[in-house]
Amino acid sequence: MFAFTIRRLLFAIPTLLAISFIIFAILDLAPSDPTGNLPLTISPEVRAQIRSSLGLDEPFPIRYLLWLKQFFINEPLNLIEGWTGWTLGDGERMRVTSWATRSPVVDLIIERMPQTLWVVGMSQVIAIVIAVPIGVISAYKQYSWFDQIGTFVSMVGFSIPTFFTGLVFIVLFSVHLQWFPSIYDTNHVIDSWDSFVFQIKQMIMPTMVLALATAAQLSRYMRASMLDNLQQDYVRTARAKGLTERVVVMIHVLRNSMIPVVTVIALNIPTIFGGAIITEQIFRVNGIGQLLIIGIQGADIPLVQTLTFIFAVLIVLFNLIADVLYGILDPRIRYE
Amino acid sequence: MKKIGFLMAATALVAAGSAHAESHEGRATDGHLNIIYWQAPSLLNPYLSGGTKELEASSLVIEPLARYDETGTMVPFLVDEIPTVDNGGVSEDLTTITWTLSEGIKWSDGTPLTAADAVFTWQYCTDPESGCAQLSNYNDVESVEAVDDRTIKITFSVPKPFPYGPFVGAQSPIIQAAQFADCLGAAAPTCTDANFAPIGTGPFVVTDFKANDVASFVANENYRDPMKPAFATLNLKGGGDAASAARSVLETGEFDYAWNLQVEPEILNQMAAAGQGTVVSAFGTSVERMHVNQTDPDPELGDERATVAHPHPFLTDPNVSRALSLAIDREILVEAGYGSSGQPTCNVLPAPAIYASTNNDWCLNYDPDEANRLLDEAGWVMGDDGVRTKDGERLSILYQTSTNSVRQGTQALVKQMWEEIGVETELRNIDGSVFFGGDPSSPDTFQKFFADIEMYTNNFDGTDPERYMGNWACAEIPSPETQWQGSNMQRFCSEEYDALVVEFGQTAALEDRAALAIKMNDMLMNSGSIIPLVHRGGVSAHSNTLEGVLMNEWDSELWNIADWTRAE
Repeated sequence: MFAFTIRRLLFAIPTLLAISFIIFAILDLAPSDPTGNLPLTISPEVRAQIRSSLGLDEPFPIRYLLWLKQFFINEPLNLIEGWTGWTLGDGERMRVTSWATRSPVVDLIIERMPQTLWVVGMSQVIAIVIAVPIGVISAYKQYSWFDQIGTFVSMVGFSIPTFFTGLVFIVLFSVHLQWFPSIYDTNHVIDSWDSFVFQIKQMIMPTMVLALATAAQLSRYMRASMLDNLQQDYVRTARAKGLTERVVVMIHVLRNSMIPVVTVIALNIPTIFGGAIITEQIFRVNGIGQLLIIGIQGADIPLVQTLTFIFAVLIVLFNLIADVLYGILDPRIRYE
Repeated sequence: MKKIGFLMAATALVAAGSAHAESHEGRATDGHLNIIYWQAPSLLNPYLSGGTKELEASSLVIEPLARYDETGTMVPFLVDEIPTVDNGGVSEDLTTITWTLSEGIKWSDGTPLTAADAVFTWQYCTDPESGCAQLSNYNDVESVEAVDDRTIKITFSVPKPFPYGPFVGAQSPIIQAAQFADCLGAAAPTCTDANFAPIGTGPFVVTDFKANDVASFVANENYRDPMKPAFATLNLKGGGDAASAARSVLETGEFDYAWNLQVEPEILNQMAAAGQGTVVSAFGTSVERMHVNQTDPDPELGDERATVAHPHPFLTDPNVSRALSLAIDREILVEAGYGSSGQPTCNVLPAPAIYASTNNDWCLNYDPDEANRLLDEAGWVMGDDGVRTKDGERLSILYQTSTNSVRQGTQALVKQMWEEIGVETELRNIDGSVFFGGDPSSPDTFQKFFADIEMYTNNFDGTDPERYMGNWACAEIPSPETQWQGSNMQRFCSEEYDALVVEFGQTAALEDRAALAIKMNDMLMNSGSIIPLVHRGGVSAHSNTLEGVLMNEWDSELWNIADWTRAE
């Protein structure tokens, strides 16, 4: 297993380099211009000067190599300096800088991380907590009224997009009932019980919108997988041995049924870091997803390049983690 | 009726603002102010970003010597009076202007504002490596000198009939020399702290700035008026879209002020009916217009496509263009897409009032019969399929614009209106960052204009139209020789017009300038190369508990935020 993990990690390096090149090439070929959204009162000569001050008049390979150097050498060195307080070299190095804000991209990402992790991360946790029991009960009592309702709710959650549920939530809970704020306050500091309650209040709507969509999907996987396993011979054997129904379902069947669900969950984790573009926009959570979409709209290539590349790293990494988890959950699976 | 209503609302606001100014108790007594800009500012240094959102947000902190008020009149901010030829501030030969700073103005860190800061600001923006977005404000400036601590002398290389480019209006505020000293030229982007939290002379001071998300401010203790600003703290939140920003002010009441609410008028009116807030609008110089291509965009012409070598087969005839204009019911376009933020217009230069022509008002009369008659007269015969033809050429138009729901709505309406006079229209929309991007390798830019008609909005900063009217000189025609740069999109070219452009640059008296501007506007309209549609204004909304808002399209909307107060 260890050798397998190392081998996969080494394979990931050329894969990621290729991905970074492809992203850079696509962004470069895309017909967008960082000065395109400026007012028309700004003259073409000034625009040309702005573009050249952003380094856009350098040829493509140079800009790509510069980004590689900034991202793989300068940024890690900078992180090490930040953690340890040492000064490596002269301490003056060009970091990956966003064109719109003229500030280091990594700092922007770090600033956005907390709200994305809170909201999107919490929605995944809630989704799992809701989806697993619903899936288990629905499968165990197939075609019961509980199963029918569960199926209905998950179909609703599956088919209604988050931009619609988000708006419905706002109209209902913010405009009419005035229970929750419709705009997320990213400056909010939790320092007392009241401020904690406020944090819960402002998180509820975006979290639930996302959790509903994810839970719908997860509970269907859980139910299907449980149904498969309940038909297996080993279940009959376990029951024939005289084990209680509880042990049969919760230990024998559940553990085996978790295998495909764990894959889905693990592959979902990169999206936690990727943020939720639409939901973040609706509730103004202004996390990573909103950062990405603003970067795309403003043709902020260093920002988009860095973010999408980080997503690529996370996806490759969590694919590996899912494979390793397989081996732990199912002792029959061995990687040599 | 609509206009009257708007005027009355504006007057009521002015009255409310001034009445309250007396009763309000002093600095930082009115608590917290929440503002929402759905496009959040990326930084607070307008010289490094030409975007309106950055200009507006930074106007809370940094100030120019003089601003434009809601009527477009210059008002002194950091000086006691506006220099003119009459008071001796502007030299007789129009090449120098001398500003005198008011006494005792301090930066928010307590140090005095001096003429050296203005000199530094000029150096900062004109450094060739800085990529300064507001460079055009310093056009033709030869030198800026600090005669003494309070006297700034600007010398121009040519006579400037309108010498109020540098240090006037939101585009050209003064930054602190001490803070930005190490940020000149190529180093400008590395000064993240200064770009995120400039030190200013304005009513507020930045306490926290999260790029593209939220900025927090407190009242400036060193602000020149000890009674202002009324608010102790201020939050400027961003993100989301215009409709939800409007909702947060008009329906949920979470915010006090929302900017740039380009929302379908129907939806906005519905929200306003909730009674939490008021929608306000103001008009500047923005005109949504059609440019009528005077050159042939036929792809078969290859490299000479859309160049002056090949005149357009039928759009160079002013009567065809006049017919197209008469067949558009502008009232309907306004009603469907703009509401209180639009008025029908027949001029490409609609404001300020002294520059606005009244000679083209025929276009306000929707008259398809007259349009049909003009086309008949020009020899366009209605065919069996409802499309006119002449000498085998079909009256068929490719009509392009940027992607935007209001513009696509307008396109659909116009297509229908033109169908009635036998014009076939093909619609096309292009993503704004490509259309306006100006990339010479893209065939879809508004400069290349590979279509018969294109529609977008343009305007000019401040109140002087000299540079704007210069847009339509022959030399401004985009072509392969100019790498497709230039502002004369429709390729209008007239020697007479070019002579007027030169004359404009040499005329100083305001009345003469106004007469020239009107003449130039009328020439453009008569040529049929521009079809103006809608005079567009800005729309914002404020809570009913907020007083003192004077909506302004000539400067930052937050220009008078020091006077805003909370109603009891």
